[in-house]
Amino acid sequence: MKRSKMMEFGVGLFVLAGILGMVFLGLRVSGITLGVPQDTFTLQANFANIGGLKSGSRVAMAGVTVGRVSDVELDTEWLDARVTMELDEDLEGKISRDSTASILTSGLLGEQYVGLSVGGDPEMLAEGDTIRDTQQALVLEQLIQQFVSNMTND
Amino acid sequence: MIGYIASLGRGTLEALSALGRAAMFLAQSAVGIPSREGWHLWLRQMHFIGVMSLAIVLVSGLFIGMVLGLQGYTILVDFGAEDALGQMVALSLLRELAPVVAALLFAGRAGSALTAEIGLMKATEQLTSMEMIGVDPLRRIVAPRLWAGFISMPLLTVGFSVVGIWGGYLVGVQWLGVFDGSYWSNMQSNVAFVDDILNGMLKSVVFGLVVTWIAVFQGYDLTPTSEGISRATTRTVVYSSLAVLGLDFVLTALMFGELG
Repeated sequence: MKRSKMMEFGVGLFVLAGILGMVFLGLRVSGITLGVPQDTFTLQANFANIGGLKSGSRVAMAGVTVGRVSDVELDTEWLDARVTMELDEDLEGKISRDSTASILTSGLLGEQYVGLSVGGDPEMLAEGDTIRDTQQALVLEQLIQQFVSNMTND
Repeated sequence: MIGYIASLGRGTLEALSALGRAAMFLAQSAVGIPSREGWHLWLRQMHFIGVMSLAIVLVSGLFIGMVLGLQGYTILVDFGAEDALGQMVALSLLRELAPVVAALLFAGRAGSALTAEIGLMKATEQLTSMEMIGVDPLRRIVAPRLWAGFISMPLLTVGFSVVGIWGGYLVGVQWLGVFDGSYWSNMQSNVAFVDDILNGMLKSVVFGLVVTWIAVFQGYDLTPTSEGISRATTRTVVYSSLAVLGLDFVLTALMFGELG
């Protein structure tokens, strides 16, 4: 009887440790947050070239993460990339109409993210609006090509 | 010439019938889900298969994590990208190393023991005597072991990953001086819960099923002699290692290969 209780305790502890490990993996390693997903505020932007941006990439303002890219698709009307972003709800009504969205790279080889910089227009963007002023991703090949053609012109 | 072709045919038929027996065997014993009465049988097996395997799995996980930290650091530091160490350690553990290495260790430690135990029961005619007194050995002996294996494997894999990530942290952050914040934040922004963690767990569930199935079936199906037991124990380890590595490739191609 005593032995059986010890065994039960051991197995219980083992299962518990497994569940706790899973929670650790979820929270600490993959960084998911518990609770209801935050309310978001959606903005869109069209870019001529998105480089390596993908759904799930970070959206930052002054370097602080304020949201994520939720969708990237080809706009069949203009044949450019249409990026949908979900931002924190607090920002609703605080991003002016002439704000700029640019695709930036964190570090030299890091991943790409959308950087928002706010303009001075008193009118603010509302849910679902499109940011007009965008800057496409820096593509290294194009940069080198420009550099080479400038060199040959000199 | 005819003899060779006939032996090829015999071999194929034998392999097919073994496969059929194994499938029937799994179907018949897996229905014996641990019930009230079978609870203590299952518990005893969970203790032997799961809890007792914990030590070897955790120690291996720690060392593999530490080696990943060390190797990853020396490679990444050349590119000035040592901040990505956390991501590298976590992804390689969660996606590949934890499910595969834990399954291989599990086959060596628990699988071989299962085969030998059931094999000896068969050789000493304990299984036949159970049938004589009207106890189904599939339900009483095999089912608790199968279920204990299915359930232990993912739990052991979680333990392996957690300890491995901690091992990488020990070496990378505490010893080699990678910045603590970037180790974790890089990991969090690059590890997806469903795509990486749950897919890794799914792998370990499949491996647990396959390894336990092979181990128990080899024990149940062996020739009841001392030689038969030793052969079957070897076969368990060889077949389950091959099955784990082969299935790992297939599962990886399906999950991460962007084929779908």
